[in-house]
Amino acid sequence: MAWIKDEREEELPMRIVVLIKQVPDTNEVRLDKTTGTLIREGVPSIINPEDKNALEEALKLKEAMGAEVWVLSMGPPQAEDALREALAMGADQAVLLTDRAFAGADTWSTATTLGMALNKIAEFDLVLAGRQAIDGDTAQVGPQVAEFLKIPQITYVRELTVEDGRVKAKRSLEDGFEDIAARLPALLTITKEANDPRYPHAAAIMTAYREREVAHWTAADIEADPEGIGLKGSPTQVKRSFTPPPKEPGQVIQRPPAEAAKDLVAILQDKNII
Amino acid sequence: MDFTFSKEHQLLRRMIREFAETEVAPLAEEIDRDERVPFETIKKAAKIGLMGIPFPQKYGGAGAGEVGYCILMEELNKICGSTATIVGAHTGIGAMAIYLDGTEEQKQKYLVPLARGEKIAAFALTEPNAGSDAAAIQTRAVRDGDEFVLNGSKVWITNGDIADVVSVLAVTDPALGARGGVTAFIVEKEFPGFLVGRKEEKLGIRGSSTAELFFEDCRVPAENVLGGFGLGFLTFMKTLDVGRISLAAGCLGATDKALEMSMEFAKSRYQFGAPVAAKQAIQWMIADMAIEVEALRSLVYRTAWMLDTGQTGREFSTMAAMCKVYGSEVACRAADTAVQIHGGMGYMKKYPIERMYRDARITRIFEGTNEIQREIIARNLFRRVGLRIR
Repeated sequence: MAWIKDEREEELPMRIVVLIKQVPDTNEVRLDKTTGTLIREGVPSIINPEDKNALEEALKLKEAMGAEVWVLSMGPPQAEDALREALAMGADQAVLLTDRAFAGADTWSTATTLGMALNKIAEFDLVLAGRQAIDGDTAQVGPQVAEFLKIPQITYVRELTVEDGRVKAKRSLEDGFEDIAARLPALLTITKEANDPRYPHAAAIMTAYREREVAHWTAADIEADPEGIGLKGSPTQVKRSFTPPPKEPGQVIQRPPAEAAKDLVAILQDKNII
Repeated sequence: MDFTFSKEHQLLRRMIREFAETEVAPLAEEIDRDERVPFETIKKAAKIGLMGIPFPQKYGGAGAGEVGYCILMEELNKICGSTATIVGAHTGIGAMAIYLDGTEEQKQKYLVPLARGEKIAAFALTEPNAGSDAAAIQTRAVRDGDEFVLNGSKVWITNGDIADVVSVLAVTDPALGARGGVTAFIVEKEFPGFLVGRKEEKLGIRGSSTAELFFEDCRVPAENVLGGFGLGFLTFMKTLDVGRISLAAGCLGATDKALEMSMEFAKSRYQFGAPVAAKQAIQWMIADMAIEVEALRSLVYRTAWMLDTGQTGREFSTMAAMCKVYGSEVACRAADTAVQIHGGMGYMKKYPIERMYRDARITRIFEGTNEIQREIIARNLFRRVGLRIR
């Protein structure tokens, strides 16, 4: 594995694998008011925005110090489009994990699958993922992949540098920042504050579809245990999806300020708030 | 039949739309007001390959063909008529003339930097006394050893004062006229005797520059003859044929945007206790705009597809002229309707509808007036039934 630095040829560039998820563009998603579910029909699919930030960090490292950038995704065949966009942005290799056996995966099972694929890619120095996906918002897959691989993880990263086999990162916390370092290989999850992802070059878009290749890997390709992946490998059971009932409209007190204040105090006291 | 865009064209559109909304939109109002060419936008566009979309990658282009180029013009013109005009004059006609009829050496020397957006192109045909009657140009080119000496002037040249490379049409043999007596040249702005005159003030597309050009004993190397000695009229007409499709694609974008904004407004503007969208008068305007948008979309992309698949005979020429006429008239109608739907708000400079209304008007005039286009269409139609109109 890559962390045994001495075993690698010196001239080999750093290998960075970016985890990509294809998601519906939530800017264009509408809710079905009767069922409470997303209307996905006709909604364009995009690279999860913070995964794009992760890819941009990888591409910046590639430009600064040389690196081989892989993009890895699990999804249905059409998720290939997200990987082709990543190729157009500048990724070198793309792998799509696609197999009916992967379907229905929760974050645990997804992380297991991605982790096994990472072991097949092998010799990676850095794994980058977006902080969280806009469709699920769990922020779990990145950390779970790190646990699966038993490598250090740094989450909520807004700045990072790589030096002497270590990655230094600035994490965003609720009330400040944390500067932290880890030995490579490590997994980092990247926030949108990290950068503005580049536009792909128009020629690279054409080439990404006309000349580049996206490898398709099945469960057999990563030697996955059928019981450990997809729905079968998912400890999470979704019992019910629902939309929370809308909040009741607020109350506007329309009286002169002095009287309105008295009314407000009375209401708050009545509700035992003050 | 297959009316779907390829995956790469879909991604290209998404990227361009994001670029237009993020990089172009914030400047649209300002460059119109201040009559300022947005060089910073052109630089950004060049960096991601948007200045050479239709040209093959071996010439520095994106290799996205005419369909890709129409996508660019459609998306840009939704946001900013001025920026689209600059790109159009550069790519669609200025550089296009070199791509269509340039020699391999000329393409390497001129098209590559133009496609990469390192240099800007213009297309110089119109003169004080020759607009629709393009054959009446008076700029003269006389051979002198290994050079041609150009004298004369051009007017209303988009990008004229910012261009590094200009495709210029000049008379080389007055006795022969348009067929054989007119030659196209590639002129660099550094050539001695190339002078830029007055920059025009305009009704619309004010962020693009429109200038006079003067040739005072301007010396052009003979190797810069474009498309063959005496064949310049053909080169220029062929280039304009192609340019007309993307011009119409721009009109499609502007019309689509006018429709989108009008619907948004009609939905949120309440009068008599209901959105004005509930009024049949508004509904009919919206429906008519939508019909024209879809008819235009089909016309534009079908013609672009004809070009990309090498179907470039007289039928293509007719279709390109139809694109230009229909596109510009639809865009002007839509802009007018959008102002009407927006009412007072549509007339105020504070809102983009006013600018879109002004920007639309030029499309019925430049790159061949609609009157000339109708002549081309009718002439080609009558030719099919055996009548040649001269």
